[in-house]
Amino acid sequence: MANTSLPERIRRDFPVLQRKVHGKPLVYLDNAASAQKPLAVIEGQREYLSNYHANIHRGAHHLAQLATEAYEGARNSLAAHIGAAHSEEVIFTSGSTDAINLVAQSWGRSNLSKGDVVLVTRMEHHANIVPWQMICEATGARVEPINVLEDGSLDLEDFHSALQQHKPKLVAMVHASNTLGTINPVSELCQAAAAAGALTLIDGSQALPHMAIDVQAIGCDFYVATAHKAYGPTGIGFLWGKKDRLNAMPPWRGGGEMIQRVSFEGTTYNTLPHKFEAGTPHISGGIAFGIALDWMNGIGMEQIAAHEADLVAHAHSAVGTLEGVRIIGTAPQKVGVVSLIADGIHPYDMGTLLDGQGIAVRTGHHCTEPLMDHFGLESGTLRMSFAAYTTTREIDVAVAGLARALAMLR
Amino acid sequence: MAPNHPLIESRQQEVIEDFSVFDDWMDKYEHLIDLGKDVPTIDGARKTEEHLIKGCQSRVWLAADVADDGAVVFTADSDAIITKGLVGLMVRVLSNAPAQAIAEANLHFLDAIGLHQHLSPTRSNGLASMVQQMRLYAAALAAQQS
Repeated sequence: MANTSLPERIRRDFPVLQRKVHGKPLVYLDNAASAQKPLAVIEGQREYLSNYHANIHRGAHHLAQLATEAYEGARNSLAAHIGAAHSEEVIFTSGSTDAINLVAQSWGRSNLSKGDVVLVTRMEHHANIVPWQMICEATGARVEPINVLEDGSLDLEDFHSALQQHKPKLVAMVHASNTLGTINPVSELCQAAAAAGALTLIDGSQALPHMAIDVQAIGCDFYVATAHKAYGPTGIGFLWGKKDRLNAMPPWRGGGEMIQRVSFEGTTYNTLPHKFEAGTPHISGGIAFGIALDWMNGIGMEQIAAHEADLVAHAHSAVGTLEGVRIIGTAPQKVGVVSLIADGIHPYDMGTLLDGQGIAVRTGHHCTEPLMDHFGLESGTLRMSFAAYTTTREIDVAVAGLARALAMLR
Repeated sequence: MAPNHPLIESRQQEVIEDFSVFDDWMDKYEHLIDLGKDVPTIDGARKTEEHLIKGCQSRVWLAADVADDGAVVFTADSDAIITKGLVGLMVRVLSNAPAQAIAEANLHFLDAIGLHQHLSPTRSNGLASMVQQMRLYAAALAAQQS
């Protein structure tokens, strides 16, 4: 297979993958929570802090110029990576959560009113539910959920009837589910939402690390994602929106950077993207985010996606050999996420016994409690999630570890 | 910290001795799981919201009673077996002891048997909250008794 060599080629870029945990070689399968960082990202951040740290945009000196160029260069890389028409359509935020809150507080506060509906799906992360609940509480609007089918696919019938029934102002949905792995047909969904007069926000947190993204082809109004799941640092992410839409939205946070002129008679605001970037940003994070994107593009998103599809297929069949174990989320199109439960066994127990064998997984509700309620999974699931550097051997080690844990627990 | 009440100290030493035969991590957990399976569970009628201590992942129930001699009697349960084993150890050390001794207990045994990480709030298994609850209950009772 052409892709089997991908992890071999790139694993040496990740220092942490060489370490041991509890005396065993680390098997890191918690990538949907956060991916590990390649040397290029680690060194890029160090290089900035060691050689050209300064505050950006306003300084009249050489270092400020270097830092500004690097930070804005990252914005350009990001804009190119997601197919944005203009760089200023990319707003740096602290992450996806921050970006969704920005849209909720800025667009939501000025566009939602009593009786309006924000449509979300039952597979959303809490970050794409709670900001809408908060703004709905403030404006009198309400949040309605779209159903999920037994295999973890979105219920398209319910989606279309919800569009007709609720005439939502906005549809906020995940590109790929962090719990189920399901990839939603976002382009088709956005087209239908637009035809019904709704704006769309796509949470691409789990999509950015796994596939090529083209916001114009998707046809959404807003797209958000975070860097740290895509080999970049924590504390930085972005909101993309169409220029006209963002221009029409009021600023959310006030402070430095976002102003044009401040006086006690009245303050005027800066242009995009700065209007939404109050305060000194996470400069090293932004720069390193750009490096992470370059690193992914150096491999090629198609190759990463193909490798992870192989991993999912491998994991599905390996997990299938375990008695009394069921995979939650078997939609035809998935990112590298495999959630599972075992009859009569608490996921936390399995996770603890895997940890003892050096295998890092996530257990619990994965910040998707409504989804867990929907599937009747009170204790959540055990989730293995993959990255470009994950090997089929690691999956085999994890499944063998799981078999051992189950034997101890039964 | 003041020295432990002899009762609580000797029980901790017993647990440490029990675990001293296991040097392998998995053996230790095997023992913990066995303990979890053996823990006398809390009365089903008392496994209510009122007695629930919400950890992020595993749930723990804790009930406290006062014996005729004024000692605090704890019963507890968890939906995760490893947590249940740990809960059982905690009950073994702290239950049937004077309130003051529980409130002031220096719990060093988890450290000694290499399971201290389970008491960390980051494990979110409900154990740390349970111990806090045990102490609070005992402290309130001790204040009432004095």
